Amino acid sequence: MLKFLISRLLQSVPVILIVVTATFFLVRAAPGGPFDEEKAVLPEVRKALEAQYKLDLPLHEQYFAYLGDLFQGDLGPSFKYPGRSVNEILASGLPITAELGFYALLIALVIGGTAGVFAALKPNTKQDYIPMTLAMVGICMPSFLLGPLLVLVFGIYLELLPIAGWGMLPGDKILPSVTLGSAYAAYVARLSRAGMLEVLSQDYIRTARAKGLPEWQVVVRHALRGGIIPVVAFLGPAFAGLLAGSFVVETIFQIPGLGRFYVQAAFNRDYTMILGTTVFLSTLIVFFNLLSDVAAAWLNPRLRAQFQGGK
Amino acid sequence: MSLLSVDNLQISFSTRNGISTAVNGISFTVEKNQITAIIGESGSGKSVSCYAMLGLIPSPPGRIDGGTALFEGKDLLSLSEDELRKIRGRDIAMIFQDPMTCLNPFMTIGDQLIEPLRLHKNMGKADAKARAIELLDEVGMRSPAQCFSCYPHEFSGGMRQRVMIAMALINEPKLLIADEPTTALDVTIQAQILRLIADLQNSHDIGVLLISHDLAVVADIADQIIVMERGNLVEKGEPKAIFENAQHPYTQKLLDAIPSAERASQEGASDPLIEISSLRTWFYSDNSQEPVKAVDDVSLTINRGEILGLVGESGSGKSTLGRSILRLAPITDGTITFDGTDLTQLSGAALKGFRRRMQMIFQDPFASLNPRMTVFDTLAEPLLLHNIVDRKGLDNAIQRLMDDVGLARNFVRKYPHEFSGGQRQRIAIGRALATQPEFIVADEPVSALDVTIQAQILELLQDLGREHGLTMLFVSHDLAVIRQIADHIAVMYHGKLVERGTAAEIFGSPQDPYTQRLLASIPGKKSLAEPISA
Repeated sequence: MLKFLISRLLQSVPVILIVVTATFFLVRAAPGGPFDEEKAVLPEVRKALEAQYKLDLPLHEQYFAYLGDLFQGDLGPSFKYPGRSVNEILASGLPITAELGFYALLIALVIGGTAGVFAALKPNTKQDYIPMTLAMVGICMPSFLLGPLLVLVFGIYLELLPIAGWGMLPGDKILPSVTLGSAYAAYVARLSRAGMLEVLSQDYIRTARAKGLPEWQVVVRHALRGGIIPVVAFLGPAFAGLLAGSFVVETIFQIPGLGRFYVQAAFNRDYTMILGTTVFLSTLIVFFNLLSDVAAAWLNPRLRAQFQGGK
Repeated sequence: MSLLSVDNLQISFSTRNGISTAVNGISFTVEKNQITAIIGESGSGKSVSCYAMLGLIPSPPGRIDGGTALFEGKDLLSLSEDELRKIRGRDIAMIFQDPMTCLNPFMTIGDQLIEPLRLHKNMGKADAKARAIELLDEVGMRSPAQCFSCYPHEFSGGMRQRVMIAMALINEPKLLIADEPTTALDVTIQAQILRLIADLQNSHDIGVLLISHDLAVVADIADQIIVMERGNLVEKGEPKAIFENAQHPYTQKLLDAIPSAERASQEGASDPLIEISSLRTWFYSDNSQEPVKAVDDVSLTINRGEILGLVGESGSGKSTLGRSILRLAPITDGTITFDGTDLTQLSGAALKGFRRRMQMIFQDPFASLNPRMTVFDTLAEPLLLHNIVDRKGLDNAIQRLMDDVGLARNFVRKYPHEFSGGQRQRIAIGRALATQPEFIVADEPVSALDVTIQAQILELLQDLGREHGLTMLFVSHDLAVIRQIADHIAVMYHGKLVERGTAAEIFGSPQDPYTQRLLASIPGKKSLAEPISA
């Protein structure tokens, strides 16, 4: 098990290195720079600024200097927010994005999972068609459409919920979480339906019924564990999607999370900020993919035995 | 009063093509302390009848159209799902066909075992565990306390079936329904499990309803036999009467299909195609230092044009030997000479050339064909891969193959699921023949098939062998099958070759004690001896 974890972690090092390198040079290849502003900056000031941020060095030296800092966990200073380091900005945005992502994932698992399981219990009936049709709509509807629609209905017409912000008014976390989570709820519903259908057709479910177990025990004790494995395996990729999706949602709802800083950094050519966020997020994504792989394997006793064997 | 008395039971299924009758008004009784066997081919309605009584058929499409099934005076068919549920697992328990898939792979044996106790008797966890371990011991599990916390995948099929039996008996049911309990098992294991069921039936004083497609299997232990064909009950009686004096032509056909025909052994000139010497295939697992010696120091010669039967129970290494010859399993040591070339030294393109000349037919025609490929694609793949024909000649070549294996030519555009088990095995044979091989390893090719279909496939293999001059290694656990097809027989036990000889030698005067035991465990030997030789 430990060996497996270590080897997977080692594998992720080159992945992240490639991400860093590609981002570094792509950002630099984009026209414009952090100090190109509408009002002209004096050449001397500009020179001093570039020297301060080491932008006057040859590109490859800048690259290696950045890598050196990165290995020490230092993502550098922000170009646009003088006096603040990228680490600080990330640390301030992360809790908000993480909270948003957590609620969204919770909605996805609870609503999506329940819908999927119920659909699988009575396939090809109303109980199946209605949630699955909704799921299809959920997958097709992008969050930049769903978000404003929800705002319009619940915020403006019904005046039930705040239309923006995070943690300032009661209930202002509901709409962003629903907006972000709905597409994933839809995926989870489809995956858990397929997984449950597969498991429910297995012989051992018939065995459980032949024992006289009530139907809910058959489902919960015997079917659920195998049925949700596809969902667990999906959580890793879903996490990546949630982060990317949170940028949109944070922009719609004016939430000061990572996503907004990221988008603004791209517009501002805030090199270190772009790089720092990218590296940080890709590390998280790699980590959560690993976590969901391990969890999915752990649910299956056969694979678990292999892990314990040291493979 | 009978324990169970079924009267005029009718079941139908609604399908795309209208309503099809599965069970057409059958009546029978099961007595306390007796074994009643229902015999019939798959699709004859024998399993459906039993499942329907317990409310275990999916409905819709299944529907009970009429009849009664009185169990201790209560009509099972008119009980509500909730009342029926209370009878299931408490008064009536079931054992199913395939122990590999009938236990929940995600739960420990123990958790699954104590479930019925906790559910129906509200027993405490510790008491239930003690009872479960006791029963595991009774069904012959080694170190039952340890088994309790193991997962199903850690056991072989025979062991899992023992667990299933323990699970069924744990609540002391009055009626045990066993649906093909030994079909998926080896012949020696089969005999043990049947013996176990018969013993337990006796000691626990319960009624048993045994469903099987194999007359020979039930002959020894059944008190009463019911023969079903296409939803109808065609014959009913004591085993002796059925074997000696079968009235219905279908029963007669079932009796004839039991493979036991004498086969004249042909003493050909020895012209070895394959020579194996000191072959070892060992598997190293991570946990233990000791390798698993699947094939251990086996030397064997297979002559050109001969069908060599390889017998042994599961785990004896017989399948691994077959795969090793084809270089599909990693060889630890030893040589395999095929037509003068040492295969163990080959790799890459040279090996691919030999692969064309050696093919394999697998046990399970349901699993070995790609469900997303039509028959045409399945057959075309090896033909094109090995450049045997070009695209232009493809249609002709495939039609020839279809003719060879006895399938209608217009079936080529169908997918595997549209065929029956026997037809699928014909497709698999066609696929193996496509590369015009000289040598075929047939790994349990008929074990998954009904007995009448078995006979057809064996005949086909024999005919094809003769026509194409094939050399064949026929791997099976079923001595009766081997006897019908093989010229020579080799017996494997625990990775070693224990005996080898002509079919007549092995069956006439087995030398090795294991072979003797194997022969003694052929089902139906007792009852079959007289009518067949007559």
